[in-house]
Amino acid sequence: MCKPYSGYNYAYLDEQTKRMIRRALLKALAIPGYQVPFGSREMPLPYGWGTGGVQITAAILGPKDVLKVIDQGADDTTNAVSIRRFFENLAQVKTTEDPRAATLIQTRHRIPEMPLQEQQVLVYQVPQPEPLRSLESSEQETRKMHGYSEYGLMQVRLYEDIARFGHIATTYGYPVMVNERYLMSPTPIPKFDNPKMHLNPCIQLFGAGREKRIYAVPPYTQVRSLDFDDHPFSIQTWPQACDLCGDQHSYLDEVVLDDQGGRMFVCSDSFHCQSRQQQGHLGARQRQEEQAHD
Amino acid sequence: MTEKDWLASLPPPLLQVEDLSFYYGDQVGCLDINFQLYPGEVLGIVGESGSGKSTLLNCLSGHQPPSSGRVMFDHRQQGLVDLFALSEPERRLLMRTDWGLVRQNPRDGLRMNLSAGGNVGERLMAVGARHYGHIRGQAEQWLGRVEIASDRLDHLPTTFSGGMQQRLQIARNLVSQPRLIFMDEPTGGLDVSVQAKLLDLLRGLVRDLNIAAIVVTHDLAVVRLLADRLLVMRQGRVVESGLTDQVLDDPQHPYTQLLVSSVLQV
Repeated sequence: MCKPYSGYNYAYLDEQTKRMIRRALLKALAIPGYQVPFGSREMPLPYGWGTGGVQITAAILGPKDVLKVIDQGADDTTNAVSIRRFFENLAQVKTTEDPRAATLIQTRHRIPEMPLQEQQVLVYQVPQPEPLRSLESSEQETRKMHGYSEYGLMQVRLYEDIARFGHIATTYGYPVMVNERYLMSPTPIPKFDNPKMHLNPCIQLFGAGREKRIYAVPPYTQVRSLDFDDHPFSIQTWPQACDLCGDQHSYLDEVVLDDQGGRMFVCSDSFHCQSRQQQGHLGARQRQEEQAHD
Repeated sequence: MTEKDWLASLPPPLLQVEDLSFYYGDQVGCLDINFQLYPGEVLGIVGESGSGKSTLLNCLSGHQPPSSGRVMFDHRQQGLVDLFALSEPERRLLMRTDWGLVRQNPRDGLRMNLSAGGNVGERLMAVGARHYGHIRGQAEQWLGRVEIASDRLDHLPTTFSGGMQQRLQIARNLVSQPRLIFMDEPTGGLDVSVQAKLLDLLRGLVRDLNIAAIVVTHDLAVVRLLADRLLVMRQGRVVESGLTDQVLDDPQHPYTQLLVSSVLQV
């Protein structure tokens, strides 16, 4: 029996492809928020599972890197586990769940709660890179709109939200203006995470495999969420704290417990929640369990 | 006052078309068109199908560069400029601020998946309006001016009747207070009573706001009501031009005579 992944180049992609992706990444970093076309390859996972993110990770990963993979904030969900194992096998990199220890973080739908540092790279998986797509179906036209900075139409979408719901009801993929020049889709991260993109010291790279686009936000770049003067941008808040770690300021997931209406709210960032619990922070549910034991 | 003084006292033309021709390959779209349009003036362009009306309108409204000739426009900042010498972003800005385009089919001119308010507000947001209350207020005011009840502000245009959609399209174009508006068969596909109402509304708006308009139509009744001056086109050429009543009541060219006499009398 041979080793399961023998015969592949380091980190799966061939070196020419990696060069091509790195060139696209450099261009993307030079023009913050601009969508750079690239020759997206077939990857051994389906479109929509992070083919764009995986290609960027494969192109910049080296043996000294420490990789963390996030799926919806968690390290232990299917997509995160498979992509982590993919690079463990094909690039022999160390992996971690700790965002502070990672040099490269590939993420789907969340930015870690813990602040990121310089020298770190955050790679996003992007399903739809074009923020204007739902409003203007012609690619030719959207490219012109980006080229000439004609972004009034995006504002119309927010107008429609307020007209229909009384407030800006867009909660994820909330459009942002990068460096006051390019309109950018921040991928389906909750708008809760939008402020974290602003002036972040880490490098943020975005890869859309099916749509064959790469874009980037370099360190310390302005990222402004669109809004109206009389309806300013705001992030989600919860009346509850996390039921496991008691955090009142993190992004919470609602978990249904039974069919009797039982539910609890827990941090979506699993590592953040666990490390808080280890530090002795307890949520309502943990306290109840402790009392039951006493 | 001599005739020379009188001519000098006129405002400069808003639009000046010089020897404009457009060819589809070796087929003539329109040939050697010359005219001037003054501020607040309504010009009708009539002719049968295939006479080059729409080709001419596409060239005039900046959508299609002519094969030869020039379209000069009195730009607010730059004065008289060649439309196709402007850069594309400048031309696009002109199209959504100082110009309007009312299409025959309102579904082409409206965004059908946006509410009426969003449709009217789009131009305001395109030039940087960022106050929801003000945008909404203006949208509501414009719906009122085109006689759409304000409780329809948040409804989709798909729920509107054909006549209402056409009026919404007009409001959407006029909200930026353009100086020039192009209309391509504005009453096509509407029944006669709705047509009459729409024409009445258009005539009032154009007069009140002092907007210049170019109306392309095959319907002589429309130009009789709206237009000050008339161009009659046939096979890509202008065969007759003049004041509307003069051309319609005393047509000189055989084709115009045929056109006028073809109108059904009830």
